[in-house]
Amino acid sequence: MAQAYSAGLTVTDNIILRKERILPLKGTVKVKVGDKVKANDLVAETLLPGKVLPLNLANKLGVQASLINDYLKIKPGDFIKKGQLLAETKGFLGFFKSSVKSPFDGEVESVSVHTGQMLLREPRIPVQIKAFIDGLVVEVIPEEGVVIENKSAYIQGIFGLAGEVTGKLKMIAKDPNEVVSADQIDDSCKDRIIVAGSMIDLKAIEKAVKVGAKAILTGGIDDQDLKKLLGYDIGVAITGHEKIGITIVVTEGFGKIKMANKTFDLLKKFEGKEASVHGKTQIRAGVMRPEIIIPLPFDEKELIAKKPEMATLEIGTTIRVIRQPNFGKIGKVVGLPEKLYKVQSETLVRVLEAKLEDGQTLIIPRANVEVIEE
Amino acid sequence: MANDQLRRIIATDCGSTTTKAILIEYVNGEYRQTVRGEAPTTVEAPLNDVTRGVLNSVQELEELATLKYGKKITLIENNKIIIPSDGDRGADAYVSTSSAGGGLQMMVTGVVAKMTGESAERAALGAGAIVMDLISSNDKRANYEKIERIRHLRPDMILMAGGVDGGTTKHVAELAELVSAADPKPRLGSSYKLPVIYAGNTDARDIMTEVLGDKVDLIITDNLRPTLDNENLGPARDRIHDLFMEHVMKQAPGYNKLMEWTLGPINGKLTQVPIKPTPAAVGDIIQTIAKQNNIEVLGVDIGGATTDVFSVFTEEHVFNRTVSANLGMSYSISNVLASTGLDNILRWVPFDIDESALRNMIKNKMIRPTTIPSKLEELVLEQAIAKEALRLALVQHRDFAVKLKGRQQKREISEAFSQSTSGDSIVNMTTLNLIVGSGGVLSHAPRRNQTAIMLIDAFLPEGVTRLGVDSIFMMPHLGVLAEINPQAATEVFDKDCMIYIGSCVAPIGKTKAKAMALHAKLELPNGEVFDEKIPFGEMRLIPCGVGEVAKATLIPGSGLDLGAGKNQTIETELHGGVVGIILDTRGRRPFVLPVEASERVPRLKKWMKALDIYPSEILS
Repeated sequence: MAQAYSAGLTVTDNIILRKERILPLKGTVKVKVGDKVKANDLVAETLLPGKVLPLNLANKLGVQASLINDYLKIKPGDFIKKGQLLAETKGFLGFFKSSVKSPFDGEVESVSVHTGQMLLREPRIPVQIKAFIDGLVVEVIPEEGVVIENKSAYIQGIFGLAGEVTGKLKMIAKDPNEVVSADQIDDSCKDRIIVAGSMIDLKAIEKAVKVGAKAILTGGIDDQDLKKLLGYDIGVAITGHEKIGITIVVTEGFGKIKMANKTFDLLKKFEGKEASVHGKTQIRAGVMRPEIIIPLPFDEKELIAKKPEMATLEIGTTIRVIRQPNFGKIGKVVGLPEKLYKVQSETLVRVLEAKLEDGQTLIIPRANVEVIEE
Repeated sequence: MANDQLRRIIATDCGSTTTKAILIEYVNGEYRQTVRGEAPTTVEAPLNDVTRGVLNSVQELEELATLKYGKKITLIENNKIIIPSDGDRGADAYVSTSSAGGGLQMMVTGVVAKMTGESAERAALGAGAIVMDLISSNDKRANYEKIERIRHLRPDMILMAGGVDGGTTKHVAELAELVSAADPKPRLGSSYKLPVIYAGNTDARDIMTEVLGDKVDLIITDNLRPTLDNENLGPARDRIHDLFMEHVMKQAPGYNKLMEWTLGPINGKLTQVPIKPTPAAVGDIIQTIAKQNNIEVLGVDIGGATTDVFSVFTEEHVFNRTVSANLGMSYSISNVLASTGLDNILRWVPFDIDESALRNMIKNKMIRPTTIPSKLEELVLEQAIAKEALRLALVQHRDFAVKLKGRQQKREISEAFSQSTSGDSIVNMTTLNLIVGSGGVLSHAPRRNQTAIMLIDAFLPEGVTRLGVDSIFMMPHLGVLAEINPQAATEVFDKDCMIYIGSCVAPIGKTKAKAMALHAKLELPNGEVFDEKIPFGEMRLIPCGVGEVAKATLIPGSGLDLGAGKNQTIETELHGGVVGIILDTRGRRPFVLPVEASERVPRLKKWMKALDIYPSEILS
């Protein structure tokens, strides 16, 4: 076979991007097809149900559950205020009454004659969805959200932390091999998305948080630094909700790994430009990788998104080696032999021949490369 | 007739990462697995259609079969599998299992966690589900916390149990109210109501309907714990399988199409064959092996994200399955490190390694789960991690597979328990006859000797235990094939799936370092006799091939036990295999590895050399 399916990450200076912006529950869409939106514009909003608090009314009043309705001062569906009387016994000659008052503003969800429980719901929580990228609204999914398209320079990272941010790109590293340290981070990084080289250490990350940088883009990160930053060890790579004061996108992997030249050069080319970045990563069941999106000017006629396809390995495909030896090196496929090949570990695997950027030609297991899609 | 009806069968397993296809053909009067193909699973973006991955994997079958037979074999036409066959075109049946998109994810509830809660958990696990959480009336969380938990879980379905028939309904009603308040949404899409199976106290059925009827898709079935003495898991398990097909699969991208494709002749008529959850199919195979041979079996399937342990113990063939949801070799590999600690992994490694490099290697495997160890050192490290994942999975299984407390129990299916005196585990490594390993790290180890030592070091079998491995991970395929053609499934299992590694002999107990631990006299099939008094702390490998048997007289060292009691000699037959017979006098209960690397590493190297585990370059 002259081609094979493979894992792939996209690094390109020009892509027609299509982003769904969907509410977690049905709500209201605030824009219409044809609207041009900026990254921070509101496109849809909804109200999430508030937390539920069960109150054992029958116990509190000292009455049987089946008789609870006789003592209610409200009914399911009513909105209530903090301190409002919910239920009360008649007492003895008007004295010795037992009563229960609402602990918060909210609404009455239900009352059960089987258990004597009343369920109260806290006020609804507003959720707003922003556009995240500058672009054109090309589709409205009624009550659910929108699809936005634009033309962008686009980089997929391999792993990230924390959610969506926008800001201007600022190069800190002079070359993709550089390890960025704390003394290179200063107040000029405030509100910026800063770019490191092969690694950024914990002190530098902490300094970036302190000066108010929005995000860090780096080739590698050390496992132990990550653990200290989060306060726990990541067991399964499902991220995006961390509250660490900054978004981080790792483009290559764990350890000190040179950022791919192509990625570094692309970021350098767009230094000073506004970018949208998130660190959301999910490796299993709905693969999601962090993204760096730099919107470009576009003509509406250009907005024809490519049909999604799986990355394929073919002669000439640009690949990144993703396991030792030669982890992080970039090359081009020059051969796809069909025969199984025994590697040093004695594993029989399908391999490819690749010519690396440094000129050497190597045999590498196909499973240990990832396609850099352009 | 079988060869007239089923000459060619295609079976696929749609895993979370890879879709694996096998071709089974009726050749020279028997069913054999002939070629195997695989392709990335395509249930998720960008393709969002599971059938694309199925077609890609079947296309590989087509290409390999064409190469094998030197003539064009066509299995696909117009983007569809051709059924039935006509000469070199098509197959007579297509069956499939699935664990794509995270498999079947369930939440269960019960009134008392250790009673109805545990029964509900057993029913869900036996049906092939991952149990995301067990919510019970006595689980110590406040009610508002339970509601928050239920709301955030987003399972595929909920199984609610609780109360014996005729018992109190209050606690069951309370659990229903919690579920109602949470108003949980199904994981796959919001266009349908979440299926909730109620299998509790029959007296509470009306209350369940009143509280939950409008909010969820409520299905009422027989109480899975009708009395304290009885567990009746069958009906609940069947409902789970029905709902898996009717609701969950229909929501997963492309499965509607796939469900139309899975066809096979049942009673001579081409009929739709339900897609089975992968672990349910593996569980069926493990139970079949145990029943057919009347033995105790421990099966393990170590995947990228999870490790499933299946066991059949006791004379009544009691079946148990556990899923260690966060122990695996890729997606969850970092969690293995977090769970066991670095020292426990490094104790199996016969060389020094920089800790920081190892930690980063593990994290890199987590974020790039499909990579394989190219360097020998990385293979050794991955296998060390596998031993710990397997060991921890067995600990969890041992804790779950227990006797119910103080109850007599009637049972009609094997999930039910023999209830004698206590909550003791029924997992007994001394009476265990066979360990079967499955999953990439075990099935695809470059040397089967490595598979053997991973199983032995992780599970520490005692006395005499046979070892086997699923050759290329096809137990799921055969589990679902057995539904339409048990003969084909059994033949392929015996000839192509199950590879016998050999037998392990391990005395229980500890003795002095140089004292004799095992006097083994083996009459080998080639006429040779192996006779050695093996000191404590050694390993030996005696070649004895597949299908061969050695007559053995095994005399344990003083104070040691081979399963028949302390100091008792046993006369037995030891089955050979692709590795042979392994004599292991390193001790059991306790099995102790020296803490100091200076003492431990030479021993590891000695054992690994004795068993020819790795190339000598890494053991010198």
